[in-house]
Amino acid sequence: MSPTREEQHWMYRNMVTSRRFEEAIAKIYFEGKSPAFNMANGPIPGEMHLSDGQEPVAVGVCAHLTPEDVVTATHRPHHQAIAKGVDLDKMAAEIFGKKTGLSGGRGGHMHLFDDDVNFACSGIIAQGMGPAVGAALSRKMQGKPGVAVAFVGEGAVNQGGWHEAMNLAAVWNLPFICVVEDNGWGISVSKETASSIGSHADRAAAYGIPGKRIEGNDPYAIFEAAGEAIARARAGEGPSLLECETYRLAGHFMGDAEAYRPEGEKDALFEKDPIPKMRERLLADGAASEAELNAIEEDSAARVDAAITFARESDDAAPEDALTAVFAA
Amino acid sequence: MTKPNERKLTIARAMAEATAQEMRIDPSVFVMGEDIGPLGGVYGNTRGLIEEFGAERIRDTPISETAFIGAAVGAAQDGMRPVVELMFVDFFGVCFDAIYNLMAKNIYFSGGNVKVPMVLMTSTGGGYSDGGQHSQCLYGTFAHLPGMKVVAPSNAYDAKGLMTAAMRDDSPVVYMYHKGLQGMGWLGTEAGATVHVPEEPYTLEIGKAKVVREGKDVSIVSCGMGVHNALKAAKKLEAQGVSAEVVDLVSLVPLDRETIRASVAKTGRLIVVDEDYMSYGLSGEIIASVTEHDISALKAAPKRVAFPDVPIPFARVMEQFCLPNPDKIVAAWDQMQAA
Ligand SMILES: Cc1ncc(C[n+]2csc(CCOP(=O)(O)OP(=O)(O)O)c2C)c(N)n1
Ligand SMILES: [Mg+2]
Repeated sequence: MSPTREEQHWMYRNMVTSRRFEEAIAKIYFEGKSPAFNMANGPIPGEMHLSDGQEPVAVGVCAHLTPEDVVTATHRPHHQAIAKGVDLDKMAAEIFGKKTGLSGGRGGHMHLFDDDVNFACSGIIAQGMGPAVGAALSRKMQGKPGVAVAFVGEGAVNQGGWHEAMNLAAVWNLPFICVVEDNGWGISVSKETASSIGSHADRAAAYGIPGKRIEGNDPYAIFEAAGEAIARARAGEGPSLLECETYRLAGHFMGDAEAYRPEGEKDALFEKDPIPKMRERLLADGAASEAELNAIEEDSAARVDAAITFARESDDAAPEDALTAVFAA
Repeated sequence: MTKPNERKLTIARAMAEATAQEMRIDPSVFVMGEDIGPLGGVYGNTRGLIEEFGAERIRDTPISETAFIGAAVGAAQDGMRPVVELMFVDFFGVCFDAIYNLMAKNIYFSGGNVKVPMVLMTSTGGGYSDGGQHSQCLYGTFAHLPGMKVVAPSNAYDAKGLMTAAMRDDSPVVYMYHKGLQGMGWLGTEAGATVHVPEEPYTLEIGKAKVVREGKDVSIVSCGMGVHNALKAAKKLEAQGVSAEVVDLVSLVPLDRETIRASVAKTGRLIVVDEDYMSYGLSGEIIASVTEHDISALKAAPKRVAFPDVPIPFARVMEQFCLPNPDKIVAAWDQMQAA
């Protein structure tokens, strides 16, 4: 199934919003961190894992999801959060550690939780898997609609918990999809160093479920494959495994010198930046006019500006609030 | 501590140097972990090793902690001396069985027939807004479970000596290094951790604490980053005419209770500083070690300055509110006087 014109516009809009968001964060991240770069300083302290280049996976999958569907994300969650419809103001405020953030500043960028759209994160590799499988189980047991998607990196598939969750989803025939974002790297360790096979989609055979690898960081192809997998899950036909080739245009985290990358790799990736590519295709296919695309881009930029302004102008978290919300109210 | 012209090293470089020196003389030593190869470790403690020893002995692993820590146990029992890294101590959750049910128990289960000479290096600590899954210390969690030695250096001199001692030990040693002491530029660093380190290999006795500042009014006991907070607090107290002694535990297991008790016997007062969670942990253990031995040694109820029993918050103001610091230690002294 190919995306409709509207779906294509939605995908492009969310890719651009995500990229603009990361650009804004990247710029602000360096405030207060020069001349000496110290992660602890500035309005956005801590580690920062940006999703530049990986937008096609988030939009290609989330285009098929509604707020009631469940998504679990990773330490690199912004693109998925945006595509899932997480409140952008509150998300930005959370990243700044503000009182108005999703969790009032308790979680931070690796721990974005938005219950309104069933979005959650874990910074521990592959640990979004169990909760997503559990959400799928819960929907099945309660007879409620909805599927659960766990996004993980290609590094995560070598974690024991990943395998355990895949098998559980398969043996219980749950409405679950694991989407592997293969950006080729787990920090400085290449996929080839870490995995004995080229396509992690082949591992689906170990669970007796469908597996598919999508090459080219192509939002259209991802949309199509995800559409099939999600339709199967909705129809009660069980889980699927997708591995999407994608590109990490940023460092692992901000401040990463990336000396481990082969010479020229980064430049080649920028040549294949999925956003200008999708723009060209939209125009070539006649799926959008220049004016429509400009409007989408302006809207996205304005949306991000508003979220950043909201975050900056919000009050800091109250220090003593650190001691609250440990247990359910 | 450092004289002019003496070479100073960061803890990261001291750890790497100790490892390289041991690898040169002992072919059974090898290193496994995530990003410990070309990257040299996220916290720099394996920098330069792959260039000298190659990928056979310096092994970047998949993100498979259960597998490679379990593999280290097996290799250790089979004549190798693996050094493995759990990148952040917070990640112990995915692999603890290999650590506390295998690494820590196999010597005992074998009645001592089997040796498990391995080092598990792991980074600890927060203070830079890395959130609740990347900022913990978990000293108490590891030290609670029998069968593994646990060390936590506060400076590069100790770091090198402990690293060499750990690699030569026939029992498993958990080597907990604090990120804020590592000397990684991008993380900011406690200057007091970067000290003179002799070039030649040497060992520090595991299980021996150090009195790093002598005093007579109060004993402040801590490890790792807490030692630096304690030393800063001691300076502030000195300005108020209070003479504080600072004890650096260096090792958490075995715990040098003698040195702690001797210090408190002298000062009569005890403040324990712990970046780990307050309850059921290091601070309670230190206090119990003193009170169950001789409660009459104490002129005042002991105090602890520890992380409250909440997950570590991301927002800087919240995290800083929770973390121990010199002012909180001084305040603990004031409360002791007011009581
Ligand atoms: C259990 C566990 N081990 C190690 C880490 C440290 N770590 C954080 S991100 C990362 C690499 C992850 O690679 P991948 O899954 O491919 O995701 P990517 O960063 O490429 O998005 C590692 C090793 C962790 N967070 N959790
Ligand atoms: Mg990756």
